[in-house]
Amino acid sequence: MDKLLHISGSPHVHSDESVKKIMWSVVLSLVPALLVSVYYFGLPVIILTLVSIGCCVLFEYLIQRFMLHQKPSIDDGSAVVTGLLLAFNVPSNLPIWIMVVGALVAIGIAKMPFGGLGHNPFNPALVARVTLLIAFPVQMTSWPVPTPLWSFHFADAITGPTTLGIIKEGGDLSQLPTYANMLLGQMGGSFGEVSAIALLIGAGFLLWKRIITWHIPVSFIATVFVVAGIFHLVNPAEYVNPMIHLLAGGLILGACFMATDMVTSPTSPWGMIVFGCGCGLLTIIIRLFGAYPEGVSFSILLMNAVVPLINKGFKPKQFAH
Amino acid sequence: MSNSKLNILTKGFFKENPTLILVLGCCPTLAVTTSVTNALGMGAATTFVLLMSNMLISALKNVIPDKVRIPSYIVIIATFVSMIDLLIQGFLPSLSASLGVFIPLIVVNCIVLGRAEAFANKNTVFDSLLDGLGMGIGFTIALTLIGAIREILGSGSIMGFQFIPAEYHILIFVLAPGAFLVFGFVMAAVRFIVNKNEEKKKQKAAKRCIKPLPV
Repeated sequence: MDKLLHISGSPHVHSDESVKKIMWSVVLSLVPALLVSVYYFGLPVIILTLVSIGCCVLFEYLIQRFMLHQKPSIDDGSAVVTGLLLAFNVPSNLPIWIMVVGALVAIGIAKMPFGGLGHNPFNPALVARVTLLIAFPVQMTSWPVPTPLWSFHFADAITGPTTLGIIKEGGDLSQLPTYANMLLGQMGGSFGEVSAIALLIGAGFLLWKRIITWHIPVSFIATVFVVAGIFHLVNPAEYVNPMIHLLAGGLILGACFMATDMVTSPTSPWGMIVFGCGCGLLTIIIRLFGAYPEGVSFSILLMNAVVPLINKGFKPKQFAH
Repeated sequence: MSNSKLNILTKGFFKENPTLILVLGCCPTLAVTTSVTNALGMGAATTFVLLMSNMLISALKNVIPDKVRIPSYIVIIATFVSMIDLLIQGFLPSLSASLGVFIPLIVVNCIVLGRAEAFANKNTVFDSLLDGLGMGIGFTIALTLIGAIREILGSGSIMGFQFIPAEYHILIFVLAPGAFLVFGFVMAAVRFIVNKNEEKKKQKAAKRCIKPLPV
């Protein structure tokens, strides 16, 4: 009778998933894109990424330890994901102190004041990116020209326009990068968004791990493609091929990694589709008619704001009803 | 000056600060705090209007019929706002240009009407004067604080004196989102301090109340 029987309440079957595991999988899925940007933009990418991640983790630790007086939970990796995504959203020649400001905005304004992980209504990395874009419009829109590592091109101060920038300014369309370059990542832009293939590999990994579902990325990208396609068909002289809209800018990065953020996206499949379509529609409206050349981050943030409404409208049916 | 009179004057500075605690007059707080000069100008103009309208409304409180008191208050307030508007236009044209429509808009500032309704029509002329002055100074303190933070971070200067080079300016603090951010954080900080003070007071009071248990 010295054997104790433990009886616990349900659920009795656990999956081995945890916040920690999910966050580190997301980090892993972003590695291919990071490697491609190191290849094209060199050392500054590594420095900025490390600074961004380090500052996000540090600020989260300091705020939890000294302002909220709770046990720091930095080992769950959510601050690392925020830092990595934030770094992906800036040009590689950004001054380091601006990166630190961005990390402070992400953790100190967008995440912790709302209650930390799981309570933030807006994606912290995107809030920081948009804040930086409004706060430092000059530094945030000077895009270095990608130069492959072995080309020994040491004049590192060359900057050029992004693909969407050329379209918005009504510039020479023959300057647009080829589709192959856009797929591989040889185009101007924030350093994480350039390579479509690397991002899609990461997204495929997340889909396989079932960390994200197909609903948001597919509906987001399809909406952009369809709306851009309609405009292109009606007036090909004014509006460019929808393939360019698909590959240029941060669409794939935003649709696969930021719009799918578990905390700030709807919970039900139909809600996710509505959310994705809304993001896509806003993105293409901003790209075609707005003042900014790129609208992915704005559209995701705007749709984040209506997520509670979407969740209310698309409640999953209860069993046995 | 007795303690209660002093209390009427000073409660507006911090404990019942019209912008930071009562959250009145948000529109000028967000709109004109791009620089310390603007904030001070706005604060001074509002303080003048508050002071004069509080006094006059308190003096006329037995004459004004209750049913038409709000229109009457607005007429009185509008009179003083027109006076200060013309004075600023005449003597400080540059301030008038930078504050623009927000000087005439003092008429609909909820602090002025709020103090008339909540304080001046129930209290003596002298008390209303103190209340108006205190609230006006509290409003000015809040505006100047927010204005200073926004000017230092956004334009790297204070009272127009530049001391941070242009490449370190954070443009967002001059724009509307920066106003909301700074307003929110200043409000949170003030609330934090006020709450802490009150807790301390309660603890002190609790200590005083403890009596030795009967044996």
